[in-house]
Parts: sequence; structure tokens; C-alpha cells
Amino acid sequence: MDFKDTPEQAQFREQIRAWLKENAQPKTETETVRELSARYQQARAWYKKKAAAGYACLEWPKKYGGAGLTPIHKLIWSQEVAHYDEPDDYFVIGLGNCGPAIMHFTEEPLRSKLLQRMAANEDVWCQLFSEPGAGSDVAGLKTSAKQADNGEWRINGQKIWTSGAAHCDYGVVLCRSDTTVSKYKGLTMFIIDMRQPGVEVRPIKQMDRGQHFNEVFFNDAVVSDQYRLGAVGGGWEAALLVLMNERMAITAAVPNGFAEFFEFVRSAELDGKPIRNHPLVRDRLAEWHCMDAGVRAGFYRMFTAVAQGGMPGAEGAIGKLVAGKMNQDIAQFTLQLMGAAGAIHDPKIAHENAYFQDAILYTPGIRLAGGTDEIMRNIIAEQVLGLPQEPRADKGIAFEDIPSN
Amino acid sequence: MNFDFSEQQKLIQSEARKFLREQCPPERMRQVMEQDAAFDDDLWSRIRDLGWMGLAIPEQYGGLGLGYLELCVIAQELGRALAPIPFSSNVYLFNQALVIAGNEAQKQRWLPRVAGGELVACTAVAERVGDQPNSLPVTEITQDGRLHGQKIAVVDGMRAEVALVSARSSKGEVILCLLELDQAGCERAATESLDLSRPLATLTLNDVKAEPLAHCTAQTLTELYNTAAVLFAFEQVGGCEAALKMGMSYTKQRYAFGRPVATFQAIKHKFADMYVAKEIALSNAYYGAWALASSAPELSLAAATARVSANQAYFECSRENLQAHGGMGYTWEFDCHLHYRRAQHLSLVLGGTPYWKERINTELLRAE
Ligand SMILES: Cc1cc2nc3c(=O)[nH]c(=O)nc-3n(C[C@H](O)[C@H](O)[C@H](O)COP(=O)(O)OP(=O)(O)OC[C@H]3O[C@@H](n4cnc5c(N)ncnc54)[C@H](O)[C@@H]3O)c2cc1C
Repeated sequence: MDFKDTPEQAQFREQIRAWLKENAQPKTETETVRELSARYQQARAWYKKKAAAGYACLEWPKKYGGAGLTPIHKLIWSQEVAHYDEPDDYFVIGLGNCGPAIMHFTEEPLRSKLLQRMAANEDVWCQLFSEPGAGSDVAGLKTSAKQADNGEWRINGQKIWTSGAAHCDYGVVLCRSDTTVSKYKGLTMFIIDMRQPGVEVRPIKQMDRGQHFNEVFFNDAVVSDQYRLGAVGGGWEAALLVLMNERMAITAAVPNGFAEFFEFVRSAELDGKPIRNHPLVRDRLAEWHCMDAGVRAGFYRMFTAVAQGGMPGAEGAIGKLVAGKMNQDIAQFTLQLMGAAGAIHDPKIAHENAYFQDAILYTPGIRLAGGTDEIMRNIIAEQVLGLPQEPRADKGIAFEDIPSN
Repeated sequence: MNFDFSEQQKLIQSEARKFLREQCPPERMRQVMEQDAAFDDDLWSRIRDLGWMGLAIPEQYGGLGLGYLELCVIAQELGRALAPIPFSSNVYLFNQALVIAGNEAQKQRWLPRVAGGELVACTAVAERVGDQPNSLPVTEITQDGRLHGQKIAVVDGMRAEVALVSARSSKGEVILCLLELDQAGCERAATESLDLSRPLATLTLNDVKAEPLAHCTAQTLTELYNTAAVLFAFEQVGGCEAALKMGMSYTKQRYAFGRPVATFQAIKHKFADMYVAKEIALSNAYYGAWALASSAPELSLAAATARVSANQAYFECSRENLQAHGGMGYTWEFDCHLHYRRAQHLSLVLGGTPYWKERINTELLRAE
């Protein structure tokens, strides 16, 4: 049991430290960019910069535009980049979720072409699973894919909540190709060109006033059969691969607010006295430290297992489940400590660039996206602990006969 | 980075689990409780034969010379099995105190006897309700090594032959002393304990002869408790795992409303929450184990973190396991209360959660 770098890893750490020092934006007291499209541009610039230096997709093979290194190198990278103010997780959906599916399910030369462009941030990808009638129960989706005699597919239907779709070049879309078999059997997954005819993206305004997620309408959008990911009717297995990678990516990326809370405790005052001496604050600091440290150490455990050749298990659900609610609780508690001034949502005035005011408004989304808290508990109960499923109304019948809204 | 136990350590753990599954079913704890025994002598001697007591004691003192990591995995299994024995008193506390602050003569004298399981030791720190581990004791030690005072909630105090006692030195600092209990002026009285399988004593010390640990400093007790906190955390996590498993097996075979209780989502989500609390505690215990085994400066924070999460996780797992058993859970017959009681015992033995939360704050805000 140790945290030591091997000599080779230590050298890699030194190398990226030097590079980051020259190239990454230091953390400052100045306002971070909040406006959405400016943030997006900033993220693209950062990804392109690191790709040009050979630091994109560290653990992907070189032929796909990666660096041909290991997950350990990626971990070292994320530890070091965390000291800087760069949006290093911004494109996690494309690279973390879609990338592995492309690697696994496409053929050359398409595979190398798509992955190289994705790694170089020439193309940005989104994940089109959820629909108005199918979110938690995503396998209940209805967007249809029908194959014509020439082998091409026609996609019709609607997706919703698609993060980043308005900016995206490609997406991974899960469709129903057969309604006469049971719901998990009739799904097929595809790559879709988001700029092609028959695909229309409409941004949705979020409760935090952002417009990051979108509705996507498909109207006879044509997809060639080489864009199929996995077997016809094998969409659910392909989707599970995407979701499994999502868990690993997300566990590391979901913010929990602890660092900001700690900074607040160190610097803020309550009624003119250092807030860090307040017993309630000290109690919360200890509680949240334990959760933060526990999730991080849990990630190291999961990471060790993966580095030894294992698969990221459903245990990854813990990180997201804990972090989302904890971040929301931290935001709420900290705003309460600020008293009446907590209501000021202005980064020039509010602590930590209004982190807590922002967080109280975006954390509800974190507890929903990528599987709600309730679904995470179901996953832990059924897939980790092996508890029996609830009686279900959709088992053993054809999809078209399942009651739905 | 390799944040896992080695194959060898995992083997020790699985052997220990197998042994305890056979030799230490929950009835063993129940027997100790019902017979008012001090502990399970039979199990104690079997464990002695396996060499666990000397696991982390250097070979020159009769131990096996293995490290803390081996001890951590054993602790987890003892916790899972609810072992009613004074292992922690001897191994996590008395032993460690000697290793940390004993001189050669003191080690020579006591370690081989602990390693060989020839004696039972206890640790006596608290004096009044509300005492914290860092409270300055009222019990005094004179220049010529005589103790006066009273210690309460002394785990294994009725059976112990020797005690590690905290006292106030003439300099007004805490000092840890070795005290042989079979001497005039030393009185013991049993007090009922929440965990009836881990009995408590009150020690009244009236001009008794004690010997300070030779290299004891004002920091020794804290260091000792850090080490013990990590080891206890593994016991607590073992207990969490057993309680979780118990609740799941019961609800899978218990029917209500025409279906197994374990299919109700309220019950499944309860288990998911228990699992999350347990995993957080386990991961923090891992980190504590790493800090302990590598003598890292992070130990102080890591130990406090492991302790707070283990205290909370075992309470949650033991009480929700009981809840999931319905009325059966509230009976003496069912084993739910064994975990519930043990969870209380383990979370109090080194001072309660508020003390350790305060330690976390001190460590986190130290640089200020
Ligand atoms: C910010 C954000 C970004 C997103 N990005 C994407 C994206 O990029 N791509 C994509 O495909 N999707 C995305 N989503 C969609 C997200 O995955 C869904 O919102 C989520 O899975 C929940 O589905 P739903 O909204 O249909 O809610 P519903 O499924 O209708 O759930 C409503 C409530 O019922 C509960 N519930 C449902 N089923 C159960 C059950 N079996 N047991 C207990 N409770 C249950 C839910 O927990 C929830 O509280 C995003 C969502 C958000 C908020």
C-alpha cells in the first residue's frame, strides 16, 4: 500500500508540472469566466493547447490521438492540473463516455479518424439518451431507427436534456429499432452527425439561467450503417458500456464544494469574529471533510483496481451520490452563515466568486444528470449489493404493449 | 500508486475470516453477555495459538514482526465476528504504548508476555463523565512514582493484570504509567457496560506504585490514540459489513404484502445508504492504514477522519439493521442488538465523536 510514483511516473509528473507552469492559467482571486459561450471557447482553447503538446487523452493509444500512457498517468495529470484554473473536465461526456464506445464498436479507418478528431478537440461530442418520456427508465425510449433496403437508417423522434448539443459535431444516440420485442432487446445505438439535415437542436433554458442542455429533434435523419455502434438490437449492452465509463469519469469529476467551503471557513467572519471558531461550523467542517476524504480515498481504491486490470464497478455510483447532495448542502449552509448578504448573487461581492450562490442553483442538476440520486441508490442496492428487483410492470412483454405516457 | 492490501495480507484476512466464522459465531458474544464473563477464554487461547497478539510485535520480543497492515485486516475480521476478547486492550493500546514510549527494559519485560497472550492489560484514562482524551487527569503521580486517583470506564479492568494509566506529572503534564493491579491500595469495582461482552471497571488507586513509560512525552497519548483509532476503525467497518449482511439476508426471506421485504425500495435504499456510509468509513480506514504503516505526517488527520466516519457508519449500520428486522430486531434473542451495543462500545472507547471532530478541525486549520 503506497502512493509513491515509480521513477518513470515521477519524471512524468515533473514534466507536466513544468509544462503546466508555462501554459496553464493560475488560480487567482479574479473572477472566473461565467458567461456560457465564453466558457465554452475557453475550454476549447485549453483542450487544443494540451492536444498540441501531446497531453490529450493520455490513456488512449497514440494511433487514436492519445498519448499511449496509462490510467495512472491520467491520474497524475488530474492531480497536477487541479492546481490551475483550467476547465480540464469540460468535455468529459465526449471523451469519457462516447470515446470508449467509438473505440469499442467502430471499424478502421472510421475509428482512427473520429477518435483523432475527438482527441484534438476538432469535434465535440454529446450523448443523446434521455427523452421526454424516458429518463431514469432510459430503456423505455421511443426515438425510432428504421433500416431501409440500402442499409441506411432513418431516425425519427426527440431527445431531451442533451448537454452541449448546440455546440456539438457528433453524438451517440440510442434508438428503438424494434417495438415488437421486450424493451431492452429492441434498442440500437448509432453515431449521428449533429450538423446533418433532419437534426434540429433547440437550447433549453435551465433554472440557473444557463442554456447548456437542449432538445434535439430528428426528422428522417439518415445514418449510414457503418455508424452503428454494436449489433442491431444490441443497443442496451452498448449503452451500458457508455454508462460504465461515465461512472468512472464522473466519480473523479463531480465537484463536492469542500475546497470552497474550507476556504470560506478559513477566511470568513461571523458577526466580526473568525467563523472558524464557531462550533456549528467546526462540526460541519469535520463532517464534510470525512466525506470528501472518504470519496477521494474510495476513488484511489477503485483506481488501483482498474490499474490492475479490473473494470470500474457500480461502486462508482457512490462518488456521484455523495458529492451532489453534499455540494448542495454546503452551498445552503454557507449561504445561511452569510446572513442576509447570502442572497447577493454578484461575484464582485459574494465570497469565492459567488461559488455558493452559483452552487445552490446548479447542484439540483447534478443530482439529476447521469442518473438521479434515487437511481444511484437502486444501482447500489441491485448491482452492488445484489438485492432483488421490485416487481415490474414492463417485464416479459413486447415494448409496444408496455403502458407509458 | 497502489492503494490496496497485498495478496499476502488478503490471504491473512481470508484465513482469519474463515477461522472466526467457525470459532466465533455471534453466540460466543451472547454467552459472555449472559454468563457475566470477562471475555471468551477459549477463543482467546485459540487466537493466542495463531500468534495474532504478537503479529506486529518485533521478533526480538517474541512477536511475528509483521506490520500494521496485517493488524488492520485482522481487526476488520474481529469486528465482523463481534469477538468478545480483550484484543484491542492488549494489542492496539497496551502494546502500542510500549512500542511508542517504552524503554528497552520495559519492552523486554512486557512485550513478550503480550505477544504470547499470557496476560491481559487495560488502559485507564477517563475519570469523570465528559472527560476527553486530552483532559488533564486529576490522578497524580508523585516524584517517587506513587499514584492517587480514580479511573472509570476501564475496559477489561476487572481481569487485567496490568494497566496503562494516564496521570498528571509534577510538571502538570499528562504522563502514561504502567501499573500492576495486584497490589495493595488498588481497588476494582465492576460497572455495567452498554456492550455487556466488553465489561468495564472503576479503578481506585490509593498510593500505589507505578512506573512511567520511559520515553513518554505530552504527545504520547495522542500518538497512541491515533494508532488505535485506525485499528478500531477496521473493527467498526467489519461490524458494519456484518450488520449490513444480516439485514439483507433477513429481509430477503421475510415476506410482507405478498413479496420479500427486500424488494421494497425504502428498504433497498436504506441498505444502499448503509453501504455508502460503510464504504466511506472503509476508504478512510485504508488511508489511515497507509498513514500508520508508512509513519506519514498525515496520520493525525487520517486517524481522526477514519474514526469519525467509522463511529458514524457503525451506528447507522447497526441501528438500520435492527430497524429492518422489525419487532424481531428488538428482541434479546436476535443478534441485532449485539452490533448495536458493540457499535456504542467501539465509538466511545477512545473518546466520542465530538473529540475526534475537534481533532479534525485542529489538523485542518493547523497552518492558520
Ligand atoms: C443538467 C443535466 C444534464 C443532462 N445531460 C444529459 C445528457 O447529456 N444526455 C442525456 O441523455 N441526458 C442528460 N440528462 C438527463 C438525465 O439523465 C435525466 O434527467 C435523468 O436520468 C432523470 O430522468 P427524467 O428527467 O426523465 O426524470 P424521471 O425519470 O421522470 O424522474 C422523476 C423522479 O422520479 C424518480 N424515479 C424515477 N424512476 C425511479 C425509480 N425506479 N425508483 C425511484 N425513483 C425513481 C427520479 O429519481 C426523479 O426524482 C441531463 C439532465 C440534467 C439535469
